[in-house]
Amino acid sequence: MTAKPAKGISFLLKTAFINALVALVLFSLMVGIRTEAGSDGQLTYMTRFGELASLVGIVFGGSIVIELLRQWIGPTGTEKLVPPAIQSGMSFVGRYLAPALLIFTLLVPVIFYNQRYILDLAILVLTYVMLGWGLNVVVGLAGLLDLGYVAFYAVGAYSYALLATNFGWSFWVCLPLAGILAAFWGVLLGFPVLRLRGDYLAIVTLAFGEIIRLVIINWQSLTGGPNGVPGIPRPTFFGIPLDNSDDGLAAKLGIEYSSTHRIIFLFYLILALALLTNWVTIRLRRLPIGRAWEALREDEVACRALGINTTTTKLTAFATGAMFGGFAGAFFATRQGFISPESFTFQESALVLAIVVLGGMGSQLGVALAALAMIGGFELFRGLETYRMLVFGMAMVLIMIWRPRGLIGHRAPTVYLTKAQAISSDLVKEGHG
Amino acid sequence: MSGDKMSDKIGDKILGVDRLTMRFGGIVAVQDLSFAAERKKITALIGPNGAGKTTVFNCITGFYRPTGGTIRLTHDDGRVIALERLNDFRIAKQAKVARTFQNIRLFPGMTALENLMVAQHNALMLASGFTLLGLVGAPVYRDAEKRAINLATDWLRRVNLLDRADDAAGNLAYGDQRRLEIARAMCTEPALLCLDEPAAGLNARESAALSELLLSIRNDGTSILLIEHDMSVVMEISDHIVVMDHGVKIAQGTPREVRDDPKVIAAYLGTDEEEAVAVMEGGT
Repeated sequence: MTAKPAKGISFLLKTAFINALVALVLFSLMVGIRTEAGSDGQLTYMTRFGELASLVGIVFGGSIVIELLRQWIGPTGTEKLVPPAIQSGMSFVGRYLAPALLIFTLLVPVIFYNQRYILDLAILVLTYVMLGWGLNVVVGLAGLLDLGYVAFYAVGAYSYALLATNFGWSFWVCLPLAGILAAFWGVLLGFPVLRLRGDYLAIVTLAFGEIIRLVIINWQSLTGGPNGVPGIPRPTFFGIPLDNSDDGLAAKLGIEYSSTHRIIFLFYLILALALLTNWVTIRLRRLPIGRAWEALREDEVACRALGINTTTTKLTAFATGAMFGGFAGAFFATRQGFISPESFTFQESALVLAIVVLGGMGSQLGVALAALAMIGGFELFRGLETYRMLVFGMAMVLIMIWRPRGLIGHRAPTVYLTKAQAISSDLVKEGHG
Repeated sequence: MSGDKMSDKIGDKILGVDRLTMRFGGIVAVQDLSFAAERKKITALIGPNGAGKTTVFNCITGFYRPTGGTIRLTHDDGRVIALERLNDFRIAKQAKVARTFQNIRLFPGMTALENLMVAQHNALMLASGFTLLGLVGAPVYRDAEKRAINLATDWLRRVNLLDRADDAAGNLAYGDQRRLEIARAMCTEPALLCLDEPAAGLNARESAALSELLLSIRNDGTSILLIEHDMSVVMEISDHIVVMDHGVKIAQGTPREVRDDPKVIAAYLGTDEEEAVAVMEGGT
């Protein structure tokens, strides 16, 4: 194609026409003809050409709109179209967005004290923020595509659940153990897959996630199989239970007991865990190991030529990501009070990976925003009932057209001499596994 | 190092390649190649396309495991390392052999400074107590990082990229990227620097600047092994030249000896000697 592709009216109409044609072919059988069992059990069919025509019309109009959007706010020529005033305004917002979000998050239990639904949703969002930040180490920094992240979430959850129910160990003892065990499994997974790259790595990690789930389902004597582990102890405030008993926290503080206390405690617990993940990741990025992860994502061969042990570097990335997944899993178990293999399906891995990709690989703020958008957005569209998934999917497609490299599309350097300049994501590699 | 000791070292070998053979299935890329690179000298490996130069490089720098032969690296302190037995990252880490690539391999999404910091990974890892000390912000690590930044700054200044330190490496001009790659290799503080066509794609002025840079690196005490097509660079800076063709060595000697060698001329340009002589002499 030439440097300046023709994108006039005729191009628009042509694209829209082709899309409409494809839609017509696809929908003509799916929508245009409907078969039903008649009263005597015989097969009857009826035509629905009206619906078919409207669908094709929507596709036609939709392609024009999307193409226009792509030309106006798409990645090509974005900078020129946005006036400098808005650009500086956006950079101002960008600078204060993270602290503002953090302050807001800290105040959520105060603002929404009586709204259990919002608090539960906030806890859920924070769990995914933490998972996203954990996976970000593996996918965003080290560039290793991991489709089985849920395995470490499961290991963390079952570690806490089994240790707590069998030995009665407290949450605060089990939490680090869950992280260590998950990291251990991360290393175990890391060893065989280190030679694999790209698609092959993705497939093997996907399989690993399934293996862990199948082991949990089938090892009935230990894990309870499909029945899961019930009666997982609730977390205590460093030994003081959060219930309405006489030695509960409420009684000790001399305030009236409310079940919201526990929710708020859980909220701050996951917030602290997520912030720990964030803090450690930010620190690690500025240490040699973090730089080696990013270098590995950029060019593995060059890393070897510089004397970097790519094997251990990959292993540490896997282990670090897995450890945070394990922490999140332990939290999940203590929050739910009951876990079963159903909570650890591939869909969870895909969701967390989608959060990392949507956020902009490697960006901490982007991952947090993406988790908010994905989990919060999913709840937001609840009113649409049947069309929820459709609208949600379309929203994601639109976002990826608008920002193909994620919400936060630049990389901040880890060290600078005079001035830290954001690096355009066009230059940053995604890694090959 | 004292002057006497320096003169002792003249003539001793940093790299000895003996009967190196590399086969890929039925294809013999390098056959019984023997040569030596002198300490604190620039040794050039030249030859027509497909002569096996890059294969030799990949054997020396651990990217290939040779089918046969030995590669010995002798450090300043007399330590001898068998490179053909080391592989992968250990060549750079333990044997202190650094390399650049024919097609530049920088970390494009990282800044020039970050590229040079990654090159000091092993030293910094040690100083950061394998991350633990660094994570808690121990002063030991802070000092080490400061020193690493200073070393990187020095090299950025030497390759004339100090004002581009905070720019993404992928945004640098082609010639700048070439020089940054050399700076990055030097930040590993190597004993032997292997350069794979460092002048490829450079204009005459950039080539001249490169020659100067390589001479200054040699004068600071780093031995250089060089693959290069640009005869003006090779003839100007090399102390010793090894000529390869079809996987075997066909000549070696000083630039002058090699230039006059009829076998070299034949290898480069068939048997039409006059034309070949013109090319070789055009280089000086």
